[in-house]
Amino acid sequence: MSVLINKDTRVIVQGMGKTGRFHTDKAIAYGTQMVGAVHPSRAGQIEVFDGETDHSGVPGRGDSYRVEIPIFRTVREAMAATGATVSVVYVPPPFAADAIMEGADAGLDLIVCVTEGIPVADMVKAKSYIQSHHGRLVGPNCPGVITPGQCKIGIMPGYIHEEGRVGVVSRSGTLTYEAVHQLTQVGLGQTTAIGIGGDPVNGTDFIDCLKLFNDDPATEGVIMIGEIGGTAEEEAAAWITANMTKPVAGFIAGTTAPAGKRMGHAGAIISGGKGTAADKISALKAAGVVVAPTPTDMGAAMLEAMAD
Amino acid sequence: MVFDWPAQRRTNLKIHEFQAKELMKAHGIPVPEGRAVTSVAGAINAVGPLVEASGNPVVVVKSQIHAGGRGKGRFKEDPELGGVTVVLDGIEGGVEAAKTKVAQLAGRMLGNTLVTVQTGESGKQVNRLYVEQGIDIETELYLSVLLDRGSSRNIVMASTEGGTEIETVAEETPEKILKAEIDPGLGLLDFQARDLAFGLGLEGVAFKNGVRFIKALTAFAVDLDADLVEINPLVVAKDGSVMALDGKMSFEANALYRHPEVQDMRDLSEENAAEIEASGYGLSFIKLDGTIGCMVNGAGLAMATMDIIKYVGGEPANFLDVGGGADKDQVAAAFKIITRDPNVTGIFVNIFGGIMKCDTIAQGVVDAVSEVGLEMPLVVRLEGTNVELGKQILDESGLNILSASDMKDGAQKILEATQT
Repeated sequence: MSVLINKDTRVIVQGMGKTGRFHTDKAIAYGTQMVGAVHPSRAGQIEVFDGETDHSGVPGRGDSYRVEIPIFRTVREAMAATGATVSVVYVPPPFAADAIMEGADAGLDLIVCVTEGIPVADMVKAKSYIQSHHGRLVGPNCPGVITPGQCKIGIMPGYIHEEGRVGVVSRSGTLTYEAVHQLTQVGLGQTTAIGIGGDPVNGTDFIDCLKLFNDDPATEGVIMIGEIGGTAEEEAAAWITANMTKPVAGFIAGTTAPAGKRMGHAGAIISGGKGTAADKISALKAAGVVVAPTPTDMGAAMLEAMAD
Repeated sequence: MVFDWPAQRRTNLKIHEFQAKELMKAHGIPVPEGRAVTSVAGAINAVGPLVEASGNPVVVVKSQIHAGGRGKGRFKEDPELGGVTVVLDGIEGGVEAAKTKVAQLAGRMLGNTLVTVQTGESGKQVNRLYVEQGIDIETELYLSVLLDRGSSRNIVMASTEGGTEIETVAEETPEKILKAEIDPGLGLLDFQARDLAFGLGLEGVAFKNGVRFIKALTAFAVDLDADLVEINPLVVAKDGSVMALDGKMSFEANALYRHPEVQDMRDLSEENAAEIEASGYGLSFIKLDGTIGCMVNGAGLAMATMDIIKYVGGEPANFLDVGGGADKDQVAAAFKIITRDPNVTGIFVNIFGGIMKCDTIAQGVVDAVSEVGLEMPLVVRLEGTNVELGKQILDESGLNILSASDMKDGAQKILEATQT
């Protein structure tokens, strides 16, 4: 079991530019069922991918692959032709919110938006739009979602993951890799790892993911990686106290960040005394979460939480 | 992440008060009349027309720097003088007396250093003044438009406690803060604006003007992709007119491409030179006060690297995210920027190579060090794709590079190396 995506997930790409093509190739190499792409002016063309597999992804594949991906005019047409229910968005920032809303309107179950730098105002509109539709958005400005050994959607390096017992949810990209790597090293592995993204307005939050992992029989524990800014971690802590039946470990980045300065991510700004790392850490600890004192201790913190 | 799209500024753009008022005026939002000047002569020339137009002999001289707290701030060279000064001399002495006083103030302010709660001890040089007409103030209110992350929507925030920092109001009298959520599709609705105006205690002409002001300011903030528009104080004059006496604004970095008129208001002298240079190389850099320089890929990991340096007893000198696709030139630029800070005594490079391969990064570090000629301890921690190849390149480079097994090990190693 896993959450959001599995071996049967069929994925289309919105935005088959240089970046989209590069990561589509990596996803196919991993074994993800990439079945189509959407590009309004390149419809009818076929995008060919071939290369060597590194055997880190979906088991039972050959040494090499060759996949032809048809390009469609609209998400709706791509879904009808391919049976896809999930998309990954690599559309450049000015057009990405529109791509998300097109996906929601077409009825996708899940839209994973990797694009970084989408105007906040566009995301405010896209989030409002998606709330009145059926689908779920993960991101933007996130590495994506991976269920190790089954399906990789996004830009994360596949080989550091391992099928296992822990659900991962994170606001940061490379820090997710750090956590995943440590979970693999300590032998816990991952059920699904979800990057929810570093932007102030995103589609899926910590609580959404905690709910999914809490309901997933294969997930035995969850690690959540937060950072300064906003109050999402504090809200998650309250939810954990009230609802979570599984052990949770955590890490919060930004203890040393000066107030009012933006640390790379738009969401990571401490303003008006809210959103400090200290606030978040104490809220999580009060909820029984084992908080890793340093990013090197994330795997150990998860082991400790699961041993209790 | 690298996209087929030009690198953008990542820091939100702040503008000066005089620019904010210029923008508001252009968007039909009432502000007092004023003139931005850069010389004593300019300041003197501003007085006559302002007094004539308003019929009010009072003018205000306001230092134009980005930092807040200008009114309470004091000049380093002239500790009696505040950054914002009201000139009352015109009431008895007429325009000429006002001009004389303004000239004197301008002479004491221009070129001198204003220290406020937000500038830090070093202060900020004042190169421009805003000379503004005086207003017969009835009441001072507060109004702002900003993103509420909880609801993922913009909200309008208002309070009767104008002139006080809203953080203080939120802490001491939270019941005095009014909020209205802006529907992304519909904008602020008329009844919401009326509710806010009623809540602010406005009546009669002031009520009508207040509703109009709230609606105009909300549309302005949304149309220009403002991250924050804060009017404190928003004043009701004795004649019932409602206007912005101050205007603090910042504009969302990701949306600046569609507002060239705002982008043109960028004042480079208000920004850290190293941060500007770094952004030119696609690096996200923030200078801090410590001694250990950091170079990391990914914003979260970069923050966590600063944290772990502090955890082992050191102080980070900067935040630096080289992004997902750093090449040799970026790495070299990062080294140059880090080492230019005289406080830096050592550098910690922390890379989790995902899509980016460790051997590529290692080669980038080796080339950059050879090129820049680094004369301080360097600790490199590599993890991820092709990590063994990467380490081999570092080991065989003949350069004095210490290799670390994990983040904590790296932080400890650089601390030790800089302390001996």
